[in-house]
Amino acid sequence: MAAINRDDVAHLARLAHIEMSAEELDRMAGELAVIVDSVKSVSEAAGDDVPATSHPIPLTNVFREDVVGHTFTAEQALSGAPDSDENRFKVPAILDEA
Amino acid sequence: MSTDEILSFDEAMEKYDPVLGFEVHVELNTKTKMFSSAPNVFGDEPNTNVNEVDLGMPGVLPVVNKTAVESSIKIGLALNCKIAESCRFARKNYFYPDTPKNFQTSQYDEPIAYDGYLDIELEDGTVFRVEIERAHMEEDAGKLTHMGGATGRIHGADFSLVDYNRAGVPLVEIVTKPIEGAGSRAPELAKAYVAAIREIVKNLGVSDARMERGNVRCDANVSLRPHGRERFGIRSETKNVNSLRAVEHAVRYEIQRHAAVLDSGNPVVQETRHWHEDTRTTTSGRPKSDADDYRYFPEPDLVPVVASREWVEELRATLPEPPAERRKRLKADWGYSDLEFRDVVNAGVLDEIEETIAAGASASVARKWWMGEIVGRAKAADVDPGQLGVSPATVVELSRMVEAGKINNKMASQVLDGVLAGEGTPEEIVEKRGLAVVSDDGPLLEAIDAALAAQPDVADRIRGGKVQAIGAIVGAVMKATRGQADAVRVRELILEKLGVTV
Amino acid sequence: MTEQNISADTLIRLSAAQLAEKLRAGEVTAVEATQAYLDRIAAVDGKVNAFLHINAEEALAVAAEVDAIRAAGGAEAEALHFLAGVPIAVKDLIVTIGQPTTAGSKILEGWHSPYDATVVERLRAAKMPILGKTNLDEFAMGSSTEHSAYGPTRNPWDLDRIPGGSGGGSAAAVAAFEAPLALGTDTGGSIRQPGAVTGTVGVKPTYGSVSRYGAIAMASSLDQIGPVTRTVLDSALLHQVIGGHDPRDSTSLPDPLADLVAAAKTGSVEGLRIGIIKELHGEGYQAGVENRFNDALALLKDAGAEIVEVSCPNFQYALGAYYLIMPSEASSNLAKFDGVRYGLRVLPEEGPMTIERVMGATRAAGFGDEVKRRIILGTYALSAGYYDAYYGSAQKVRTLVQRDFEAAFAQADVLISPTAPTTAFPLGEKLDDPLAMYLNDVATIPANLAGVPGLSLPGGLADEDGLPVGIQLLAPAREDARLYRVGAVLESLLEAKWGGPLLAQAPDLAAESLETQEAK
Repeated sequence: MAAINRDDVAHLARLAHIEMSAEELDRMAGELAVIVDSVKSVSEAAGDDVPATSHPIPLTNVFREDVVGHTFTAEQALSGAPDSDENRFKVPAILDEA
Repeated sequence: MSTDEILSFDEAMEKYDPVLGFEVHVELNTKTKMFSSAPNVFGDEPNTNVNEVDLGMPGVLPVVNKTAVESSIKIGLALNCKIAESCRFARKNYFYPDTPKNFQTSQYDEPIAYDGYLDIELEDGTVFRVEIERAHMEEDAGKLTHMGGATGRIHGADFSLVDYNRAGVPLVEIVTKPIEGAGSRAPELAKAYVAAIREIVKNLGVSDARMERGNVRCDANVSLRPHGRERFGIRSETKNVNSLRAVEHAVRYEIQRHAAVLDSGNPVVQETRHWHEDTRTTTSGRPKSDADDYRYFPEPDLVPVVASREWVEELRATLPEPPAERRKRLKADWGYSDLEFRDVVNAGVLDEIEETIAAGASASVARKWWMGEIVGRAKAADVDPGQLGVSPATVVELSRMVEAGKINNKMASQVLDGVLAGEGTPEEIVEKRGLAVVSDDGPLLEAIDAALAAQPDVADRIRGGKVQAIGAIVGAVMKATRGQADAVRVRELILEKLGVTV
Repeated sequence: MTEQNISADTLIRLSAAQLAEKLRAGEVTAVEATQAYLDRIAAVDGKVNAFLHINAEEALAVAAEVDAIRAAGGAEAEALHFLAGVPIAVKDLIVTIGQPTTAGSKILEGWHSPYDATVVERLRAAKMPILGKTNLDEFAMGSSTEHSAYGPTRNPWDLDRIPGGSGGGSAAAVAAFEAPLALGTDTGGSIRQPGAVTGTVGVKPTYGSVSRYGAIAMASSLDQIGPVTRTVLDSALLHQVIGGHDPRDSTSLPDPLADLVAAAKTGSVEGLRIGIIKELHGEGYQAGVENRFNDALALLKDAGAEIVEVSCPNFQYALGAYYLIMPSEASSNLAKFDGVRYGLRVLPEEGPMTIERVMGATRAAGFGDEVKRRIILGTYALSAGYYDAYYGSAQKVRTLVQRDFEAAFAQADVLISPTAPTTAFPLGEKLDDPLAMYLNDVATIPANLAGVPGLSLPGGLADEDGLPVGIQLLAPAREDARLYRVGAVLESLLEAKWGGPLLAQAPDLAAESLETQEAK
């Protein structure tokens, strides 16, 4: 398994939408390298014949009937919004064209 | 925005072989959303059809809508798919402000339906089989409105506003396998395929299937390869193709654009393109910064959906007659010729004719009215014939009045205009406009005498046995009576007057 | 008003069950009890920092309502829940209407949930006054509560030491007699390990037996809400209030558990097979921890239990698997905190002001280092090319851990181990060494991976430092009742040995505060 380096961390931080300073990237790369190294035995623990478990207690077919429940008013929906306009959440421009 | 070079369609077809692929998103018409009990309603005030789940509030959990699963299975069955014994949801992770959790809950490697096909009938009757790769369940995103700038587009916007009413609306995404061999009929096939999907989901009752509302949305993949080569070319994926005409035009445009790129010796860029109805062109989409690493993993907050064979068969038993089979049956019942029937189908008045017949008209009368009178008016008004405002009952009433000799066909057409103008029922309009067939022969005979006197040569030819010449005299009489005469009676009287028996 | 014949200090030291009995008997009112706890919080929480928010007004109103119902008598009084009027503290990871919910993070500072968690609805239905919201490691990520954005909570046994984590606030509140009961959440030990190091009882129920709706998710397939109390019986009582099916949680178990309170009152372990997990003691465990663990085994054996040894060889991979699964799920669960719909929004200091950059700046400023570390680690484990080796492999280890448990439970009715390898360590000691911090969870993590229930109860004080040691009991999924049965018996045997509850030996924080004041 490949070691994790600073460029990897920079890429991952972009994927995760967390801006990081150069120092932070360096520090994080060092810490993650140690952690990743410590968990690498996991990839060798189980053979191909072992199925993956994603739910500790298996259940199936948990459904909801198609019946309308409660809704918020626009005011409630927007009550925690950092910015809003015309009963909608307001966000800065999506494209950088400045 | 730069304008792309394109080749003429014919030249593109001479040089290249198109391969298509479609991802059609169908919004289900369930009462509630895919994973929350908030209402699934179009067009309400922003951010009112939401609860904490739809807004991705901290601590919320999804619960699957059973009706949405059943609708998805029905779609799978209608597309001749296998239904997975067990399938799961996954999380597709990407950040975008219309996606409240910054991941979309979607099926990934375990779709509920897979390996199906759909036989598509083209306008000339050719049947083309489209293989279906999969149909899977997912949730819709909210709606972004781009503000500022000139166009309301994302480009040039100063900020955007988000309405999450649509967030979480259940979607079924239907993905085809690569479609090869369509050749120059690719654009037509594209339109017919999407039309068929729309028809199927509407017929199943699982979607409102209104493309103008985004109930059915198509992403069209196009690639070209030189004739004779097996390997596919690089494809583009055109999004936002949201009418049947647009599907046809977008595929045609992309074929032409790809051909020009390939001709210039450059590789096609694998990218998302956006369709613009106004210019009928596509433009390059936003380059994806996340490099498409969606980090899919099984949704830990949901459990697998297990479709027992009993459940699938129960659902299969509820399926309505498939549209293609229904058409076959109707054609036989109505006795239309191949051409007549195809015209009816292509005009989109199958349902209307069926209803008109059910309301009491004969098959031929129903066809005559819809194809002869209504379709043309709808085209002029740029609406679907069914949306024009003529009910099957109106058609039946009009046809009965004609059959009873109360009005003639020309008058009936005027009455129809009156109906569309909102002047009332056909009977009221006949009354108001004074449209009734003149049945007193006296004024008619006067008009006939005048017409015969004015055209003595024609009168002689009729007397001489050339009965087909009678049209000129009938026409003159109808003109003189401003169309209010019964043409059949006029003809009888003329022949009587001239002593000709036919 | 009743005649106040119980001192406030005695009142706050009653167990929840004892307090409930006195409320029913009319010896004390709910308002008096609630006020006594609010006073205690006012007196000692400046040192402990267990609470992030105090909900005095609402708590007193609920208490007054209970008192009024009791005073009126009749059917409504009869219908009151046994714990009606018994106050409770709620971990600030669980959303509540009317109080802020921060998850210990700056990114949610000032946020008010417009809905209640299912467990909170159930507390309200039982008319239990909610005293406030307790401190935690940010988004429950940590084992010391030092990763809270609102300052660390301190261990009531030694204010220079950690109270465990992530639920250090709930455990410290209960240990410091600031609340008789609290709710915690346990993803890898966040209820049990704080219980161990503060001398309190903490239970991680069977996965799915308590609704997660309204608990801000860290790792969805591991998280579980559970009780934090001073006695085993209190945990059973609280577990029954919050447990049971919830249609809003798809992973909620459809069938109820056996009667947990009755199990806690069984009073016997005769004939039960109790399995020592070979891999979860000995090397790497503090000597004083090991000694108290052995004491507990001896007591259980004397009480008629059969002690067997079981081996769970795949537990060696559990920590690694946990530190792949947990951050993977967390990286996705925490994506929603982006400054668009609620919470903090931070604008980038320079460069283009796009939504993407605003999200990046918001998350950079709003999340602490440990949260960032886990998000990046999880993003890595899920990313293209690594999924199979990391997340996929970890999910397979999960199967192996489950198989180990199955084999162990074929030989034993209940498994036993120390809850944590060490007693409470000094604040700051492991803050710069994430890996050392993670090792605290080595004994608690297997239960989360397998979904089985676990209970930690006080096992005494370590010889070398005089700090509490936790004993962990584990049972098969849905057999939570066994934990209460064995736990209550062991608790009574230990208390008989100590001559009272272990917490009676804890330093008197209020007295200390007087001394401090006098010193000034």
